[in-house]
Amino acid sequence: MIDNTIIRRSGWRIRGNLGRRTHLLISLAGLLLPVGWWWWISAGGAVDPIFLPTPPLVIDSAWEWLRDGDLLGDIGISVYRVVTGFLMSAVLALPLGVLIGTYAPIKAFFEPITDFIRYMPAAAFIPLVMLWVGIDEGAKIAIIFIGTFFQMVLMIAEDVRRVPMEQIEAAQTMGADRDEIVMRVIVPSAKPAILNTLRVTMGWAWTYLVVAELVAANSGLGFAVLKAQRFLQTDKIFAGIILIGLFGLVTDQCFRWMHRYSFPWLYRK
Amino acid sequence: MSIPRIQIEALDKRFETGDCEVIALQDANLSIAPAEFVTLVGASGCGKSTLLRIVGGLEPASSGTVSVDGKPISGPGIDRAMVFQHYSLYPWLTVTENIKFCRQLKMHRDVSTSADVEAAGGRADALIRLMGLGHVMQAYPNQLSGGMQQRVAIARALMARPRILLMDEPFGALDAQTREVMHDLILHVSILEKTTLLFVTHDVEEAIYLAHRVVLMAPRPGRIEAIYEVPLPDHRDQDMKQTQEFLALKKQILAGIRATSGMQTDHDLLEQLGNAPAH
Repeated sequence: MIDNTIIRRSGWRIRGNLGRRTHLLISLAGLLLPVGWWWWISAGGAVDPIFLPTPPLVIDSAWEWLRDGDLLGDIGISVYRVVTGFLMSAVLALPLGVLIGTYAPIKAFFEPITDFIRYMPAAAFIPLVMLWVGIDEGAKIAIIFIGTFFQMVLMIAEDVRRVPMEQIEAAQTMGADRDEIVMRVIVPSAKPAILNTLRVTMGWAWTYLVVAELVAANSGLGFAVLKAQRFLQTDKIFAGIILIGLFGLVTDQCFRWMHRYSFPWLYRK
Repeated sequence: MSIPRIQIEALDKRFETGDCEVIALQDANLSIAPAEFVTLVGASGCGKSTLLRIVGGLEPASSGTVSVDGKPISGPGIDRAMVFQHYSLYPWLTVTENIKFCRQLKMHRDVSTSADVEAAGGRADALIRLMGLGHVMQAYPNQLSGGMQQRVAIARALMARPRILLMDEPFGALDAQTREVMHDLILHVSILEKTTLLFVTHDVEEAIYLAHRVVLMAPRPGRIEAIYEVPLPDHRDQDMKQTQEFLALKKQILAGIRATSGMQTDHDLLEQLGNAPAH
């Protein structure tokens, strides 16, 4: 005989659910176990701290960075670059993506070229960007823009294309004109998917920030990591990478919170 | 002789797919009187949905005309509302907001006086009550069952007082019990509102129970094969499904669909499969 209660309760059911507490516990374990493992390996003395510093060393170096160096300045300039590059991408990609996803001629005109450019590695544009834009802030922002914009346009166009035809046709039979269909049906219908697209591309913006700062900067978190490499300050490299990861995590959670806050109808059951 | 509400004349629809041409509809002719309830049935590929969509103005015909009250149509219009099988509600709007959606559109806003706005509010309330949606007015569509969602879709379609209601397998995704409730509801509404109904379904029982006339369509090429008058009084009830007339007509239409579907069971092959050893 099969014990149904066990099957129903088990989190191992395909696509099963966990209780809130169990979920939190397992998630915490997933975060803390690797840290503990890192600590154990590095503190054991088997590995030279040059290759693998201990967590306290990394925290010390971050503290030192904050006290003696310019950690806040580095964070500020990096966040500024990411946000500016990302916003410029979004401001252009939103209308263009909506238009590509809605009108066939615009799709036919823009999609092939966008598809083509998005396969070009953004990092390879750095020499060109330095030549054209110079080496100041504009260059880093331009790299982030190149890295995110073309992907963003195509993903937003796809979000828009996924609006069910029935929603559009229902509006047509109720007397909506073209602009009304775009503004009152397509945009609100695609909004949640578009916000998710923005969340994903924000992650890429952080990646391209580091690329830009590694190659062409004299400030910022990515630059600090590069400079630490020159002096073999492994602990500072660790601190920089972890900080960038934390900022990414925080931004991602902000986007998730915005999603829940802006689209309550998706979460109400 | 009064003008028919819907007049379909010599309607053709051809689709180009690569280098071959599919005839979705060939020489369709049909005339529907005001307040008449007509259902379209037929094997898949017979063009019943295509015909409905052309009448709705959502697809152009290749040739021929559709007229509403004597005027040829050239696209969608608020005189012809449409209810789809699913996905047509706006999930970001509440039930009430969905039903009142058309009030936001220029077409309805520009012409309305304050009295109209008030009347529209009254109409929305009346439709909510008629459809039994009073207790879910502030809910979002994804909080509702499939049957309740279709009630919202019907109420929304009726909001602008369309003369014609086009329905494309609206109850196809509902369970049998919910469907029966919806049948009586839509019959009630059609009599109350004097709406002309053109209704596509694959369910012959549904087609007969709802309609004054059942139009049988056939595939390859898509065409109108036959039209059956339903010999039942206007006020229907579920018991009528057991009457001789009902069952005889159902048998006749099912035979018609079977004969035109182009799908025959190969009895010899079945025999072979049955006799073959299991491995």
